[in-house]
Amino acid sequence: MCNLNYSDRIIRQVLEQTTTIAMVGASANWVRPSNFAMKYLQQKKYRVIPVNPVISGTEIHGETCYAELAEVPGPFEMVDIFRRSEDAGKIVDEAINLKNEKGIKIIWMQLGVIDHAAGARAEAEGLTVIMDRCPKIEFGRLNHELSWSGINTGVISSKRPRLAR
Amino acid sequence: MTDPKITQDFGFATRAIHAGAAPDAATGARNTPIHHSTSYVFDDAEHAASLFNLQTFGFIYSRLTNPTVAVLEERIANLEGGRAACAAGSGHAAQFLVFFTLLEPGDHFVASRNLYGGSITQFGTSFKKLGWHCDFADPLDPETFRAAIKETSKAIFIESVSNPSSVIGDIDAIASIAQEAGIPLIVDNTMATPYLFNPIKYGADIVTHSTTKYLNGHGNSMGGVIVEAGKFDWAQNDKFPSMTSPDDAYHGLTFYETFGDFGFTMRARAVALRDFGPALSPTNAFMTLTGIETLPLRMDRHVANAEAVATWLEDHPAIAWVSYAGLRSSPSFKHKNKYFRQGCGSVFTFGVKGGFDAGIRLVEGCTLLSHLANVGDTRSLILHPASTTHRQLTEKQQIAAGAGPDVVRISVGIETVSDIIADLEQALSKT
Repeated sequence: MCNLNYSDRIIRQVLEQTTTIAMVGASANWVRPSNFAMKYLQQKKYRVIPVNPVISGTEIHGETCYAELAEVPGPFEMVDIFRRSEDAGKIVDEAINLKNEKGIKIIWMQLGVIDHAAGARAEAEGLTVIMDRCPKIEFGRLNHELSWSGINTGVISSKRPRLAR
Repeated sequence: MTDPKITQDFGFATRAIHAGAAPDAATGARNTPIHHSTSYVFDDAEHAASLFNLQTFGFIYSRLTNPTVAVLEERIANLEGGRAACAAGSGHAAQFLVFFTLLEPGDHFVASRNLYGGSITQFGTSFKKLGWHCDFADPLDPETFRAAIKETSKAIFIESVSNPSSVIGDIDAIASIAQEAGIPLIVDNTMATPYLFNPIKYGADIVTHSTTKYLNGHGNSMGGVIVEAGKFDWAQNDKFPSMTSPDDAYHGLTFYETFGDFGFTMRARAVALRDFGPALSPTNAFMTLTGIETLPLRMDRHVANAEAVATWLEDHPAIAWVSYAGLRSSPSFKHKNKYFRQGCGSVFTFGVKGGFDAGIRLVEGCTLLSHLANVGDTRSLILHPASTTHRQLTEKQQIAAGAGPDVVRISVGIETVSDIIADLEQALSKT
């Protein structure tokens, strides 16, 4: 079993070292969480490249959608998995195969997406794995935006908050 | 700049002062400003659309969120060890937000029979008009909860330590019964406060408070809050469609899928608080935040004074009995020792020899203790329920509610304890 408790230090590090995210399962439907998580992360200056075979070749929020990770041109540090838990293992294995070619360092599985076996395979290959979390929520949490909705961010500091990136 | 530390590293007293609050990003103001603004500007139409669709973080209108109220919400969520919180105009409003989010018409829940009288009326009478049904069970006999659960039951509700008669149930056992039934345990932690007891550690899924009491602590502001533990699996059965089905009012957004372990709080805010409107005033939030900063100091004194007053009353010849979980004579004493190592609050009841008339003479004879209907104030408060809060009931109903003719309720304050005892002594001499 992988540890699902991630320290703020690890999450902060992951969000700070990432510049490009391949979002597997990105939806073109504006009411789906993947669609507005993508938009939010773009506003925070991440480049987010959608991966979804059903709508490959179309554009979401100005980015071309690809059918699979191997088709994404250029490097990306994070693979963000917006698929059901039972589909995550295959995507993780694709990411492991591409890790040197694409510079992949982080596997991030969304809220409710948990695959301990796949997580262990990725960690054994030196990748950082985060499961059952949302990068949008974690970014908001560590930057005080989540506090605006009464959510326990777990952050205490006597310094002025640094807002966003 | 070094990273801010995570709050789990800090002690309770530190979190009571700092959790949720930070220097103001624009001005550097160190104390939390009172944001008396109804509404907040949008950057552009796109930003407005994202906010209204709950797709980004930010403020729209103070009926939903307010920057001062948000600090209070995060602080209480943190002190309770919860994931998120939503404040309301009173404890009763907070309870409404919880049940509106959980229940459909025709649904049922099981509540402790040892509750604040106002909650018994809210659950047993007013909720009926909405098609919500409640049966009551005995917190000292957890199996009575199991026996009362039906197909339509959606929650169990208890008070951690009850108002007014200081009953502490077998919380572990009640939490197991809720878990086996696949329904959340809701604990009203008003009379304990998170300083004395954390319900979430013992299996509570939702915690409620009337912040009007010890959290504010100075009798100056109404308020309520709900806290979500973030551990309940809303998708484990089909009992909670408001969490797991698409919401038409938000273009088919599903709260549990979208917000995960704070989905209940988001739903309570974005639907129940939005549509019924019992928002907390930012001034009340500010007063309550200031109160919470001294909560550990005040609760230690409340408990020490209450233990001294209860022990003194138990030995007094004019007193028939004392019902305080901190006394060996209480049937809740073993639960107090298991769950409440630092004491069990300062509200309890006692019986005056001489019945109804003696009870009235006692409360009228006090000149330091205040005769009024509140609890959890710095000031010591005293009340004779049978002649005030429960006077509309028959004597039989009064006794069943723990408010029989001889019953007096006291909320021991943080004055010099010998002065509290001296006032009771002189008033008792007149009974």
